[in-house]
Amino acid sequence: MPLTTEPPAEKTAAERAGPPQAGDPAALKVVPVRHPWRWVAIAVTAVLLAQFAHGLITNPAWEWGVFAQFFTAQTVLKAVGITLQLTVYGTAIGFALGIVLAFMRLSASPFLRWVALGYIWAFRSIPLIVQLLFWFNLAYLYKRLDFGIPFGPGIFSFETMGLVGALGAAVLGLALHQAAYAAEIVRGGVLAVDGGQLEAAAALGIPRLRQLRRIVLPQAMRSILPNAANEVISLFKGTSIVSVMAIGELFYQVQVIYGRNGRVVPLLMVATAWYILLTSVLSILQHYVERHFAKGTTR
Amino acid sequence: MSAPAMVDIKAVHKSFGSLEVLRGIDLEVRAGEVTVVLGPSGSGKSTLLRTINHLEKVDSGSVSVDGTLVGYRRSGDKLYELREREILKQRTHIGFVFQNFNLFPHLTVLDNITEAPVSALRRPRKDVTATARALLERVGLVDKADAYPRQLSGGQQQRVAIARALALEPKLLLFDEPTSALDPELVGEVLDVIKDLAHQGTTMIVVTHEIGFAREVADTVVFMDDGRIVEQGPPAEVLDRPHHARTKSFLSKVL
Repeated sequence: MPLTTEPPAEKTAAERAGPPQAGDPAALKVVPVRHPWRWVAIAVTAVLLAQFAHGLITNPAWEWGVFAQFFTAQTVLKAVGITLQLTVYGTAIGFALGIVLAFMRLSASPFLRWVALGYIWAFRSIPLIVQLLFWFNLAYLYKRLDFGIPFGPGIFSFETMGLVGALGAAVLGLALHQAAYAAEIVRGGVLAVDGGQLEAAAALGIPRLRQLRRIVLPQAMRSILPNAANEVISLFKGTSIVSVMAIGELFYQVQVIYGRNGRVVPLLMVATAWYILLTSVLSILQHYVERHFAKGTTR
Repeated sequence: MSAPAMVDIKAVHKSFGSLEVLRGIDLEVRAGEVTVVLGPSGSGKSTLLRTINHLEKVDSGSVSVDGTLVGYRRSGDKLYELREREILKQRTHIGFVFQNFNLFPHLTVLDNITEAPVSALRRPRKDVTATARALLERVGLVDKADAYPRQLSGGQQQRVAIARALALEPKLLLFDEPTSALDPELVGEVLDVIKDLAHQGTTMIVVTHEIGFAREVADTVVFMDDGRIVEQGPPAEVLDRPHHARTKSFLSKVL
């Protein structure tokens, strides 16, 4: 029995086009299907958008004059600076510690794995705001911090109050919180790298640290970056929680101003506009960093 | 024995959990010879190959390459496992080519080849780059130096992987089913490169299913089944006049 069958005879163009037509079948025009309801939906959405924009411009309660006055006010700019500082330090320390925790969780030692797991469990369980208040009150728990021989005499000693100021406590809280999430993101990225990559690097005798830095991490970055960008942006906005500690970051500062002059809405808009503006900058940055690490990939 | 043994495997046992994959392997490979390891899937041939550069640890027995124990240091009747740094150094003498190539996708072809000589052997990058270009010329891919691995065909990727292994100037080359992941039409170009190396006297152990290649290139053919070496000898003997029933039935299926 033959394994292949005769291909069905090719239909002619005229047969496919249905009943024979006058003239050249190649000249037939294709008419795409119409979507009248799509046009209706577009019209409705456009009207709603226009109404919203109209309201933003004409409703005097938005008080755009007040917005413009405070958007670039000295105190607001300084507050934006503090918000950025909290974000940068929180991200840097958080991810540095997160990388260490991630490799502890991937380590061959059960003890290190359990410690890292315990840390992540604890810091993901405690609400950030509770944690921040704890750090803020650290001096209540420990009056002095000594650095020296464990359980032995101290060599350096600090008054806790002086060492952990309000800003320091905030950075500490944000970073420790961030580290727990960063650890899982980094671990996920490392696990996403094909096992054959490490094996090939090991077979070539490439030193261990170099394997991580040159072979594993650049590839892990592909899956780390989108999640990490989410985290940085969420940390950036999350710095507003620090306002409970009376630190002059953006959200706290606008609260102080509208507490004084009563112009709540325009000042909330000042904060909103800054958050949107800086998040947009971060998103653009993300695009370029991701493009850098996409070298050699097809998608 | 004419030449000294380049590889000397003695009584190697290896289990994965309760599954014993190597049940006492003894094998000698002399310098300049090509050994082809045949056998059904799960017979332990890839695991055996991976013990030779310590990608797999052995449970007992020993593996020596060029007179040096691999992965261990002997003291009295105990073998102490070496530190990772020392093992990595030993591996620079043993080239390994994987079934799935395992090129580094984020590095160009040239960087794939130069990475290990620069970082593991600390050779100056300029010299290594010249060597890498010469190796690419040898595998016929000199125009692909700046391409990324994913822009190459499977056969081209495997030729780059071979060049990458050669860049360390190893004493011994190990091939783990180098053509099994390739489209049939691309197998030839990779086998040609390996044959070329064989003719230049490179010591090689090749795990493969390519019987024709074994017949043409091998000095010794080793047939493995169920974690043991069933039969070994010159290809004319093992492939054409096998003694064991297991070898006969395997060859009747693949030939």
